Amino acid sequence: MRKRIRTLSKPVKFLSAAAVGGGEEGRGNFGKSFDFLCPDDRFGEKTFERAEGEMARLSLGFALKKGKIPPEDVGCLFTGDLQNQCAATSLGLLSFGIPTVGLYGACSTCTEALICASLWLCESPENSVAAAVTCSHNSAAERQFRTPLEYGAQRAPTAQWTATAAGAFLLGSDGGEGMPEIREIMIGKVVDGCSPDASNMGAAMAPAAADSIVTYLRESGFEPSKFDAIVTGDLGKVGSALAEELCFNEGYDISGNHFDCGCMLYDFSKQDVHAGASGCGCSASVLACHFLPELQKGKYREILFLSTGALMSPTSVMQKQNIAGIAPVIRICGGEK
Amino acid sequence: MFSKEKYKKLVTETAEKSPLFRDCFFAFTVGGGICAAGEGFRLWLLSVGTEEKSAGFCVTLSLILLSALLTGIGVYDRIAKVAGAGTLVPVTGFANAVVPPALDTKSEGLLVGTETKIFSVCGPVILYSTLAGGLYGLILFAVKMLGGTL
Amino acid sequence: MSICYAFVIGGLLCAAAQVLIDRTNLTPARILVLYTVLGVFLGAVGLYRPLFDLAGCGVSVPILGFGGTVATGVSEAVNGAENGFSAFLGVFISPLSAAAGGIGASLIFAFVISLLFRSKPKRMTSRRNS
Repeated sequence: MRKRIRTLSKPVKFLSAAAVGGGEEGRGNFGKSFDFLCPDDRFGEKTFERAEGEMARLSLGFALKKGKIPPEDVGCLFTGDLQNQCAATSLGLLSFGIPTVGLYGACSTCTEALICASLWLCESPENSVAAAVTCSHNSAAERQFRTPLEYGAQRAPTAQWTATAAGAFLLGSDGGEGMPEIREIMIGKVVDGCSPDASNMGAAMAPAAADSIVTYLRESGFEPSKFDAIVTGDLGKVGSALAEELCFNEGYDISGNHFDCGCMLYDFSKQDVHAGASGCGCSASVLACHFLPELQKGKYREILFLSTGALMSPTSVMQKQNIAGIAPVIRICGGEK
Repeated sequence: MFSKEKYKKLVTETAEKSPLFRDCFFAFTVGGGICAAGEGFRLWLLSVGTEEKSAGFCVTLSLILLSALLTGIGVYDRIAKVAGAGTLVPVTGFANAVVPPALDTKSEGLLVGTETKIFSVCGPVILYSTLAGGLYGLILFAVKMLGGTL
Repeated sequence: MSICYAFVIGGLLCAAAQVLIDRTNLTPARILVLYTVLGVFLGAVGLYRPLFDLAGCGVSVPILGFGGTVATGVSEAVNGAENGFSAFLGVFISPLSAAAGGIGASLIFAFVISLLFRSKPKRMTSRRNS
């Protein structure tokens, strides 16, 4: 039987983290925790595509500043975004001159990048630093995946809102006293979402999330209660309910400590967000703005973090292929005091 | 694990449905309102002696201009969010299918951006109306050749 | 009186499309195509004109009217042609020329508007705290 969990040969510490967001994110639940907010979503750029790259650049800049690390000390950069051919992060982060691996895992890219950075660090000499940066921009995603911005269309109640947000993380196998650390990783499996409906991505990702959660718990032998939080990326309201149901069906009740970044980023009572947030900036910014600070403070001791990605392209959806889901997992433990 | 069929059923049960009654109410009032306003304008045009065809086209033209302006200042999509089909079905919705791709692709330049994408949403409407019209024309033509009339 | 009919019939056409949006997986673009083709059909079977006489803009302002105009134009061009040859040419010319006003106006306004304005990010409607 294949084993999917890997324990890292040395724990990988979060040295620093930063997040930037747009106007809607500022009005959301973590408005005060972002390092930078741009109310008009343009970040001083002429186009939304450039703005997405600028968000990546700003977030990495803030993370470097907070960790007091010069860009020359970063050995490798793992990046991803939602644009065609990952143009946003590649072009936006060019000025740092850091060796780069471009990744695509749709909205799961944040965890994917953290896994790759951890594995790279385990094979690197002491005092190496790696960076993981992911971002998404609502307007750029609307243009690419849905309709032109000013086109008047009603969103389905199950539709999710691509977050205009970026998150940057600096990781190292040494230093970072008292900072949270990644101990275990598990690569996600591509799971059939059973539906080609692009306005209900949560339902398409829930089977992948449930597969990852159930596989992790079964292989590790832990009960869900072992973790202070089992955090999914962007299942939204519909996907969260479905994932909890699927896990329950396999004998794991996660409803007590399941959190979904897509349900946390915006304020449902004030913002008309429909099913929740999505995008690779969603789980990245909620991890940077909420879960890492709480782990550092000791409010959480241990969390299971799995960003969820909906794998599809506008062409595959038009050709009626089912959307597939993927959910890579990392286990993050609070820093020892 | 769930079978695919069972999962699909679960998804349908879990997913919230659009509020049909509320949506239809707004579609009816806004859509009906646009038509009634157009009819009022048309009657006025007729009363001041405009000929019938021109009056009809004046209404279309004004609605298209209004819709294009509201789209340009970023208001149309907010109205459409509430009104749904009420702003989609009237000719204002056709204008709102032409203006947004033009506005949006401005960032890729006026020639390769705006001018190639301007038909991306309204293209099917033009194609199918031409096809249906052409088919109707062919039938009329065949009947005419056979000496009959429709 | 025709204003009342315009309101009710135009409204009903919109509400019917709303039911299609909410309860089927027809996209708005498909609904527009459906209504246009339906308009041509109504024109072809001779129902468009009586409906227009009753409700005026209630049937001509909805995209149905686009199809109705096309059907009227085609019928005028083909039936009114002097000989068979010009009737045949009319089959190809008339569908687009009948719709040319609406398409032309939309294209010209769209271009001008795109020079004057730029796209703004989508915003969620704010809910008031109750």
